[in-house]
Amino acid sequence: MAKIGYKDDSAVVIIGSGAGGGTLANELCQKGIKVVVLEAGKRHTIDDFTNDEWAAFGQLSWLDKRTTSGNWRVAKDFPNLPAWICKTVGGTTVHWAGASLRLQAHELQARSTYGEIDGANLLDWPLTLEELEPYYAKAEDKMGVTRTNGIPGLPGNNNFKVMYAGATRLGYKEVHTGRMAINSRPRDGRNACMQLGFCFQGCKSGAKWSTLYTEIPKAEATGQLDLRPQSHVLRIEHDDSGKASGVVYVDKDGNQQRQAARVVAVAGNSIETPRLLLNSASSAFPDGLANSSGQVGRNYMRHMTGSVYGVFDKPVNAYRGTTMAGIVQDEAHNDPARGFVGGYEMETLFLGTPFMAAFLDPGAWGAEFAGDMDAYDHMAGMWLVGEDMPREGNRITLHDSETDQYGMPIPNVHFDDHPNDIAMRSHAYRQGSAVYEAAGATKTIETPPYPSTHNLGTCRQSAKPADGVCNKFGQSHDVANLFISDGSQFTTGGAENPTLTIVSLAIRQADYIAEEMGRKAI
Amino acid sequence: MERRIKGMNRRQFLQTSGLTAAGTAFAAPLLTAADRAWAIELSGALDQHTADTLLKMVRRLYPHSTLSDIYYGYVVEDLDRAAKSDEQVAKLLKDGVKKLDRALQIDFLDLSDGYQLKVLEGMSDSAFFEKVRSTTIVSLYNQELVWRHFGYEGASYPYGGYINRGFDDLAWLPEPPAEASPPKQS
Ligand SMILES: Cc1cc2nc3c(=O)[nH]c(=O)nc-3n(C[C@H](O)[C@H](O)[C@H](O)COP(=O)(O)OP(=O)(O)OC[C@H]3O[C@@H](n4cnc5c(N)ncnc54)[C@H](O)[C@@H]3O)c2cc1C
Ligand code: SF4
Repeated sequence: MAKIGYKDDSAVVIIGSGAGGGTLANELCQKGIKVVVLEAGKRHTIDDFTNDEWAAFGQLSWLDKRTTSGNWRVAKDFPNLPAWICKTVGGTTVHWAGASLRLQAHELQARSTYGEIDGANLLDWPLTLEELEPYYAKAEDKMGVTRTNGIPGLPGNNNFKVMYAGATRLGYKEVHTGRMAINSRPRDGRNACMQLGFCFQGCKSGAKWSTLYTEIPKAEATGQLDLRPQSHVLRIEHDDSGKASGVVYVDKDGNQQRQAARVVAVAGNSIETPRLLLNSASSAFPDGLANSSGQVGRNYMRHMTGSVYGVFDKPVNAYRGTTMAGIVQDEAHNDPARGFVGGYEMETLFLGTPFMAAFLDPGAWGAEFAGDMDAYDHMAGMWLVGEDMPREGNRITLHDSETDQYGMPIPNVHFDDHPNDIAMRSHAYRQGSAVYEAAGATKTIETPPYPSTHNLGTCRQSAKPADGVCNKFGQSHDVANLFISDGSQFTTGGAENPTLTIVSLAIRQADYIAEEMGRKAI
Repeated sequence: MERRIKGMNRRQFLQTSGLTAAGTAFAAPLLTAADRAWAIELSGALDQHTADTLLKMVRRLYPHSTLSDIYYGYVVEDLDRAAKSDEQVAKLLKDGVKKLDRALQIDFLDLSDGYQLKVLEGMSDSAFFEKVRSTTIVSLYNQELVWRHFGYEGASYPYGGYINRGFDDLAWLPEPPAEASPPKQS
């Protein structure tokens, strides 16, 4: 592993080691570029992971206090836990389920396709699917996505069998075990899936792609990476010319350090990334770094989500096996005749008893809830994930009085559901329930959104500097050597789980950074 | 799960040592089964009446008729632990129980099931209620023996996952075709 001095200003400094940061680090290191990764969380190994939901939650999650506002139900159910994401080397790729889908062409042109929508701040991506396709192909190969590159799909578990039976009886055609960044057979030095059923707790077989044990060790092997776990970045600094010059962080011993940088790439996930830029305000950038547009922190998206559970009179044992290897894609297209723009996916999902109790109907109690829990092993479950509308008012701001353990203002996450989100969720609840009824459900349960697992859009890409924070390479419009390298760049969310796109954008960004460094533009 | 094992050891200890009766006589409050099949010793941060009332309340919140009181008792143990480490929580719980007792001018424990429910419904917006409810939702459903009641098998890694142990053993629906659900690779 490289050791890069605090004053050495020749390296790319990346904040965060998840899907975006971890991938960017490896791609740059492979090109011979020196990289420092500052990661707030600890470094765990696969052996540390535990098949215990609450224990794993305590071990891996980002638990620093956040506040919420707005009409979304999460603000009521989980006022201090707007998002369920990780603070650990590997970021949320330690927790993720592995569903890896490409955006659809029209989703990248959301404003042109959907037209002007009241109360939405829609914009086309400055990027087309065509431009992204080669990078999607690289990402799928890197991550070992099933049903690509000749990799077989995963075998369906019990939960999938129920989904398949109901969905096909309903006439749905695109129903299969998904495109998953989970090995269906050994690949890239990692095992095949053992159908453990603990994808959200860290995959103990290593079958699921995570930067923790793919990108990061590969980057270390080049000798170019200096990874510093337990290093919480407080702010990004700039020089007199307005270029990013270094970052200030608290190291594992609690000491403040300043790391000089040639390029700074922010990949802290869509709440921390804008928080960091807002907290880096200076006299030259009074509203926050790279925020001349005023869009930093705005357009926060979290996908239209919700879940449907079906109760059956025969056992399902849906907790066994891969958490999310099952999908219905027939509602993913755009068809405004359904009463909303954009589309959604239905994906199998099931939780262990501890999390089912906490998330099935947050706040509920009494005989009916207990009766639903009594049916635990007779239930099947699906997650609904669709495109939500970017809104200027849905945003991350710095709290005006509360600070964290380092004295940095905590973030507030404001979110109001757009009427389009509600129309889509309502449609999805109905269709999801119909799937289970077709499979013989005696009862269906509509479960409200969990704390956000997909956090997007708070430093979005835009063609014009006035409309967003960065260009189509994630390079900030205002500061040439400052990059946004995570899901914050998303101009719109699409219906698909975002990580494949985050990884594709990171690969593409690495090419661009290397080129720009090569011609001394940055 | 260490705590659970500790709890059980203590239970076994109380059972085998014959200390159960002595425990009731002095020292800390104790939650016991009617037949003395188990006992949970509390810290003393909550008095006996508060603990007994909380036990009943917790059962009313999440009533599973086939779950024995001991699992609800472990929830009260968690509340007791929280009360011990934070005086404000102790006060919240003790005052809350007083309110439960006062709501209909009859001790909560002496009320019928239906009246108990009514009292709880009337207090469901209070901080006391939310403290007890939110503790219960985590603590009750995070016990290994409770998992078995629901048919959840807990950790699977020590047993090689479910790949050879029934991840796809559902047989009451048609098998999906191989293109939708390929066979497992061996
Ligand atoms: C339960 C769950 C299931 C999911 N399933 C799927 C799925 O099936 N498919 C899919 O596409 N997506 C899924 N996701 C979402 C996916 O995990 C995220 O989209 C992805 O990991 C985001 O990548 P990122 O780089 O933006 O952030 P992350 O992966 O979250 O990484 C951000 C990192 O930055 C670090 N950091 C933040 N702030 C600082 C700071 N100030 N200083 C230093 N370090 C900092 C954090 O500690 C973290 O490690 C899931 C998420 C969850 C929680
Ligand atoms: S089900 Fe498969 S992917 Fe999920 S944790 Fe287990 S081995 Fe890993």
